[in-house]
Amino acid sequence: MTALSQIGLTPFLVVSAMLLVLGVFGIFLNRKNIIIIMMSMELILLAANLNFVAFSSAHGDLSGQVMTLFVLTIAAAEAAIGLAILTVYFRNRGSIQVEDVTMMKG
Amino acid sequence: MNWMLALPELVLALSGLVILVAGVCMKKEDSFVPAAMLSIAAMGVTLFLVPLTPDGNGYGHVFVNDGFARFLKILILAGGILATIISIGYQRGSSRLPFETPVLMLFSSLGAMLMASAGNLITLFVGLELSSLSIYILCAIERDRLKSAEAGLKYFILGSLASGLLLYGISLVYGFAGTMELVPLSMIIAGQGGLPLGLQIGMVFIIAGLAFKLSSVPFHMWTPDAYQGSPTPVTAYMAGAPKFAAFALLLRLMAGPFGMAAPRWQILIETIAGLSMLFGSLAAIPQTDIKRLMAYSSIGHMGYAMMGLAAASATGLRATLVYLAAYLVMNAGVFAVIGAMRRGGREVTSIRDLSGLSRTHPGMALAMAVFMFSMVGVPPMAGFFGKFMVFASAWHAGLYGLLAVGGVSALIGAYYYLRVVKVMYFDAPVQEFDSPAPSLSFVSAGMGVVTVFFLIGLGVITSAAEIAAHAIAG
Repeated sequence: MTALSQIGLTPFLVVSAMLLVLGVFGIFLNRKNIIIIMMSMELILLAANLNFVAFSSAHGDLSGQVMTLFVLTIAAAEAAIGLAILTVYFRNRGSIQVEDVTMMKG
Repeated sequence: MNWMLALPELVLALSGLVILVAGVCMKKEDSFVPAAMLSIAAMGVTLFLVPLTPDGNGYGHVFVNDGFARFLKILILAGGILATIISIGYQRGSSRLPFETPVLMLFSSLGAMLMASAGNLITLFVGLELSSLSIYILCAIERDRLKSAEAGLKYFILGSLASGLLLYGISLVYGFAGTMELVPLSMIIAGQGGLPLGLQIGMVFIIAGLAFKLSSVPFHMWTPDAYQGSPTPVTAYMAGAPKFAAFALLLRLMAGPFGMAAPRWQILIETIAGLSMLFGSLAAIPQTDIKRLMAYSSIGHMGYAMMGLAAASATGLRATLVYLAAYLVMNAGVFAVIGAMRRGGREVTSIRDLSGLSRTHPGMALAMAVFMFSMVGVPPMAGFFGKFMVFASAWHAGLYGLLAVGGVSALIGAYYYLRVVKVMYFDAPVQEFDSPAPSLSFVSAGMGVVTVFFLIGLGVITSAAEIAAHAIAG
C-alpha cells in the first residue's frame, strides 16, 4: 500500500502549491541577494516536480516520473549557467546585491 | 523507426557538436569566422532539408511534423542564419565575440525547432529550455562588459521564473488530464465538454510562461534591458527565432488541444495583445537608444501578431504566420543597420547618432527608412501585408475593441518610427560612421529588397501559411 492511497492526492498538491508561492514571493519580495533569487527558482521547479510525481502515482502513469528526471537535469544545467552568469557579473560590478543591478533603466 | 521525420534536427545537432570540437581545436583569435561559416552552412543545409521531411508522428508520439512545424522551422532557421551573418560583421575593432556565439545560436535554433515540432509536453519543455539556456549565455557572452553581464543576469532571472511557471502549468495539465501527449489531450478536453478548473489554471500558467518568452505585456519587463545590454547580433537573434518558437507553441496548444475551449482563452489573449500593442507604442516614445526602441517595437509587434490568434480562426492563424514572416525580414534588416553604427571601431546606439545619415551613408539610410516604413505598415512594404491580414481576421471575428486599440497604437507607433526617418534625413550630419562590414551591408540590402518586393513572394508565403494553419486547426 502506497502512501498516496492512504492520504490522498490533496496534501501533495497543497505542499507543492505552498512551495510555488514561497518561490514566487522569494523572487519578488527579496531585496538583498541574487543567490536567494536562484534558490527560490529551484523551489519553483521542485514544486512542479512534486506535482508530477504525485500525479504520476495517482494516475499509475509513468510519464510524469520521466518528466521529473528531465526537469532535474534541466534544473542542474540552469543553476550552472545562472551561477556562471552571476560570476561574470560579480567580476564586472563587484557586488551581487539586487539593488545594484541598475545600469540600465527606463 | 522513421529517421527522416527528424532528419533536420539530427543533422543540426550533430553539426553543432562537430563545430564545437573544431572551434576548440583552432587558435583562439581566428576561430570565430570559420565557426560562424560552418554554422551558417549547417543551418543552410538544415533549411534545405526541412521541406523534404514527411508528415507524421514519431518516436512514441513525442515528435510531430506537419506543415505548421515546417513553416515555423524555416522561419527559425532563417532568423538564425541572418543573426549569424550579422555576428560576422560585428567582429571588428574592440568588440570580439568568442567562437561559441554562432554555435550557441545554432543550438538555440535547434531547441526552437524542437518546440515547433513538440507532440508532447516533455518535448515542449526540453526544447524550450535548450533554446532559452543558450540565449542566457549569449546575452552575457561579452564577459568584460558590465551591460552585457547585467542583461544576461536579468534575462536569466526572469526567463527561468517564466520556465518555472510554465512547468507548473504543465504539471497541472498533466495531473488533470492524465496525459502528456497533445493528441490524447485534445480528445480528453473535447470529451469533457467544458474545461475543468485544474486544466484552466494550468492553461493560464502556460499562457503566462509563453507570454514571457514572447515579451508580451504584462510579462515584458526584461525585454528593454536584455535588448539594450546584449551584443547587437545576439539582440538580432533574440528578437527573431525564439519568438517564432514561442508562437509555435502558443498556436499549437491553443488551436489544438485547447481549441475547444477557445472562448475561455480568447479574452486572455485579447487582453495581452491589446496591452502589448498599446504599451509597445507608448513606452517607445521617450526612448533615445535605438536598441531599446527596437525592444519596445518588438513588444508591439508581438501584440499585433497575437491579434490573429485572438481571432481564433484558421484565417487568424494564417494572418499571424504571415505577420511573423514579415517581422523576420524587417527585424533582421534593422539589426544589420544597427550593427553597422560604429565610430572609430566602437559601437554607438543612440538615435541621435543617426543624424544626417542620408548624406553620409545614403544606402544605409535608405534601407533603414524602408524598414521603418515597413514597421509602420506603409502599403507596398512587407509590414503592411502582415498588419492588413491580422486586422482583417480580427474584423471577421468581430473583435472591434481590439481592432480600435490596434489602430490607435499603429498611429502612435508611426510617430516614433517616422522620427527615426526624420533624424536620418532632415537633421544636420554628425561625425561619419565607419564603413559598414560587407556582411552587414549584405543583410541590410538583401532584407531591404525583400521588404520592398514582399508582394512578389506573398502568394507563396500565404499558401504555405494556409497549409500550416489548417494542419493545426484541423
